[in-house]
Amino acid sequence: MAADRSVEIEVRGTVQGVGFRPFVHRLATAHGLAGDVRNAGGTVVIRLRGDGAGVASFLRRLAAEAPSAARVGDVRARDLPVGAVPVGGFRIGGSTTSAVGVREVPPDLATCPDCRAELADPTDRRYRYPFVNCTACGPRATIIDDLPYDRVRTAMSTFPLCAACAAEYAAPADRRFHAEPVACPDCGPRLCWWPGGVEGAEAFAAAVAALEAGSVVAVKGIGGYQLLCDAADAHAVAHLRAAKHRPRKPFAVMVPDLAAARRLAALSPAQERVLSGPAAPIVLAVRRPGTPLAAGVCGGSAEIGLFLPYSPLHHLLLAALDRPLVVTSGNVSGAPIVVDDAVARAALGTFAAGILGHDRPIRSRYDDSVVRLLGDRTTVLRRARGLAPAPVPLPVPAREPVLAVGAQLKHTVTLAVGTRAVPGPHTGDLSDAAAYQAFTDTVERLCRWHAVTPHVVAHDLHPGYLSTRFARSHEGRRIAVQHHHAHVAAVAAEHGITGPVLGVAYDGLGLGDDGTLWGGEILLATLTGYRRLARFARAPLPGGESAVRHPARTALGHLYGAEELGGARPDPRDAAVLWHTVDPRTAATVRELVARRVNAPLASSAGRLFDTVSALLGLCATATYEGEAAVLLETAAAPYGPVPALPWRLANRDGLLVYDPAPTLRAVLAHGGAAGEVAAAFHTTVAEVTEALLTEAARATGVRTVCLGGGVFANRRLTTDLLDRLPRAGFTVHIGASVPSNDGGISYGQAAVAAALSAKE
Amino acid sequence: LGHGAGGQLMAELLNDVITPHLAAPVEDAAVVPFGAARAVLSTDGFVVTPRFFPGGDIGSLAVHGTVNDLAMRGAAPVALCLAYVIEEGLPTAELRAVTASVAAAARAVGVPVVTGDTKVVNRGCADGLFVTTTGLGRLHPAARVSATRGRRGDVVLLSGPIGAHGTAILTAREGLGLASDVASDSRPLHRLVAAMLDAGGEDVHALRDPTRGGLAAALNELAAAGRIGIECDEPAVPVPAAVASACDLLGLDPFEVANEGCLVALVHPRAAQRVLAAMRARPEGADATVIGEATAGPPGRVTARTLVGSHRIVDLPLGEQLPRIC
Ligand SMILES: [Fe+3]
Ligand SMILES: [Mg+2]
Ligand SMILES: [Zn+2]
Ligand SMILES: [Zn+2]
Repeated sequence: MAADRSVEIEVRGTVQGVGFRPFVHRLATAHGLAGDVRNAGGTVVIRLRGDGAGVASFLRRLAAEAPSAARVGDVRARDLPVGAVPVGGFRIGGSTTSAVGVREVPPDLATCPDCRAELADPTDRRYRYPFVNCTACGPRATIIDDLPYDRVRTAMSTFPLCAACAAEYAAPADRRFHAEPVACPDCGPRLCWWPGGVEGAEAFAAAVAALEAGSVVAVKGIGGYQLLCDAADAHAVAHLRAAKHRPRKPFAVMVPDLAAARRLAALSPAQERVLSGPAAPIVLAVRRPGTPLAAGVCGGSAEIGLFLPYSPLHHLLLAALDRPLVVTSGNVSGAPIVVDDAVARAALGTFAAGILGHDRPIRSRYDDSVVRLLGDRTTVLRRARGLAPAPVPLPVPAREPVLAVGAQLKHTVTLAVGTRAVPGPHTGDLSDAAAYQAFTDTVERLCRWHAVTPHVVAHDLHPGYLSTRFARSHEGRRIAVQHHHAHVAAVAAEHGITGPVLGVAYDGLGLGDDGTLWGGEILLATLTGYRRLARFARAPLPGGESAVRHPARTALGHLYGAEELGGARPDPRDAAVLWHTVDPRTAATVRELVARRVNAPLASSAGRLFDTVSALLGLCATATYEGEAAVLLETAAAPYGPVPALPWRLANRDGLLVYDPAPTLRAVLAHGGAAGEVAAAFHTTVAEVTEALLTEAARATGVRTVCLGGGVFANRRLTTDLLDRLPRAGFTVHIGASVPSNDGGISYGQAAVAAALSAKE
Repeated sequence: LGHGAGGQLMAELLNDVITPHLAAPVEDAAVVPFGAARAVLSTDGFVVTPRFFPGGDIGSLAVHGTVNDLAMRGAAPVALCLAYVIEEGLPTAELRAVTASVAAAARAVGVPVVTGDTKVVNRGCADGLFVTTTGLGRLHPAARVSATRGRRGDVVLLSGPIGAHGTAILTAREGLGLASDVASDSRPLHRLVAAMLDAGGEDVHALRDPTRGGLAAALNELAAAGRIGIECDEPAVPVPAAVASACDLLGLDPFEVANEGCLVALVHPRAAQRVLAAMRARPEGADATVIGEATAGPPGRVTARTLVGSHRIVDLPLGEQLPRIC
């Protein structure tokens, strides 16, 4: 017999709630090794005793063969005195709560193939059971009360296991060994239908009947209530839009399977992989023409947001109805997704034909995640269910815990401990009281789960963001991070870059360090600081936020009051199309606001320039959701391939290079062609200008690594053009991958900056 | 200093720089022990551009402002002092017109202007004319009003439509061509308050006139001082159509626009209907209405239930407009 050896192995990463301990048990048993495995805080600790070759083989296979949902990070093994581990079998121990350090909350996982098979198997005891799950799938983050992740600290604690489930839970070789949410029809959660109070299969049948009849139904999902209706039924869709006060913003569509998805959009293999992966996000894909969907499901977008069933209940519903369904978050405009049963009845019960609920509480609010693929690059637009709160590494570790409180819209918070940043789920617009509550709840939970008290709070410069006000009420050290520095830092940090980069921050609005609003910026940035190199021309926003809601007024701001940079100015009288959408009295007042600089803050924003062009082309005078004008501009351009740029010029102002859009806007007004062609040419223009600004910036600084950040990169056409053109011009280009480019990524960027600043001291 | 428009910056200025030295409380007027009687004292400086605007001028405003500050403490005015700081070059006719307006407003209020002071400063040392009024008041026998007395369950009453004064001033100042639609609501509120106290007595817990910072600031101050939450019903808050459309165009939030002729009250629920009826019996309270209620909190949190049923946080205004939309 080879030399006897004892080791202790500590494994960090996503190793709880993913079937990791049963896997360790099987692996150790297969190697004839004795010892035990247990959860300790956020890590898994394994003790082994056996022959040296077996231990070495175990260590080799540990990371390589771990369950698909696990992410094995750091593995540290140290030898113990041989006698420290008793001989005999291999045991799975319980959890110890004493260990400190970074702990991980596992994200929710889409129903696995084994559970789907059971769901469809009439002989299985979980046949058609809407809450089937195992160690490889099921709810996680949405049911957790506290760590370590054990059933007693989840929303399942009030469902005592029946004998059959208890046996599976205790059997190391079973797929349900320590599957914390394990349940069956005898002991687990039950469906219910409101109003009426029927349960189980009857409740399910009532929901299916209502959906078949063309009604809107509310369904209690994994991370919140959802609203469903037949996506081909124009009446149902119109009713849903009216009830949600959401006139045009696109709805996501859930389809039974990949084949159905392919009928609605041309999908690449990479898109199909993401669609059917364990996170099961909404994937934005280019819509096929002539789909059977009701007009208006996708608003004015050329894309469609598709996703597949990800819970057993969704699988059952989609199988029963066998058609595309609109599945949208259960809320009314402005409010976050509903998680509470009583709130659901009050807020959704007034217009939904009924509510398909159940008795498993939702502990944390998680919207559906949204992902877009640009070629092979995955870009997350909303990091929520299935993705959050998995950690994202930080290139410069936080010396002490940092709480980064984000921005205002698409709000998220991030807690950074050591090398890891934990972005919380998307909580929406902070000015909503329920969203604000979700924000403070998330802060409390993240700090408790990770057992830290953050002494450093990072926040935006904008004094009016409720997140900034929250930060100001915080004791201890505060670090203010400029909005676009945070956008750029988020991209750099996610890609492990600490050195200088050229940051392209194209955004709606964020407060600059000079008191003006920014959003069309080229920054020379590191994680600890930045210098502004170039910007878009400034133009007034007449009426401030009201100009953002009314792109026609933003356009008037450009026509009446854009910064003078030497180029010939567009003549407002030439804006024939715009004048169809604005009444003369409004225009006269706007003109006075601009002339007198009354409530007309200056903005160097790329997003507002997109709004302006959209309004000048008559595509959007009034926006009903954030970014609508730009979406409509991009959609108009969609039928056109590469189109040459419109004229543009660069100027110098106070040491900065400035894009003067005056010739571009003159060309927009003078263009006799179709609006879509002008829209396409405008996209090319912005890409060309960006390349020119970067070329100049690279010449001045020697830096050729580019990070693209900001809400404007939700524009597929512009982003694709830049990802194509900049590498050909000799740049290395990065864009947010798992961290959103929009304001959902701000908190992670703030955390990266604050961590790097505190490390420098 | 960039603190002119009231709201958060002004609150910080007061809290950080001024109040620590003087231990001044959160109220707009102070009750002073004065022998057996309880006198109330308040002072206010007025600067406004333009000095003449639809619905009033700096003279009437200076009278109404101080009378209303006394009234918000539950006092009726007994005497006013008037002080001018005049920039050299101000036309005598204009000073005469302002003074006539002060006199007319005081007569209408029923309070004498008993003393005053006039200073002329060099050109550039003042912007035309600054007016300061100081008011002495007598407390209503039943008055126990204080910003700190708001309690959970209190009904929030608003005496009339909001948004007119600030909108009228802005449109008049900037010549925005909307002035004819909207006139300032500037008027005295002491008789309305007396009627409320007659009807509700101690059950009238707190009064505030939503001047600078508007209704948003007034509700936030009441919520903070009483350590309560306030939940108001946005559709119930009367905003005249002309004000609403002007605010939309100018990018103003009607909740944040200054008023000079209305008040909010926190009233014990058992007296709310009685007080409301008393308000409606007076012309300046004819449109009085319930706009919400005080809740357990979180303390200091003001929310508005929107038309679609969500709850938006009504924050202390920043004091300048900076879009928060990204
Ligand atoms: Fe942003
Ligand atoms: Mg005052
Ligand atoms: Zn499973
Ligand atoms: Zn069971």
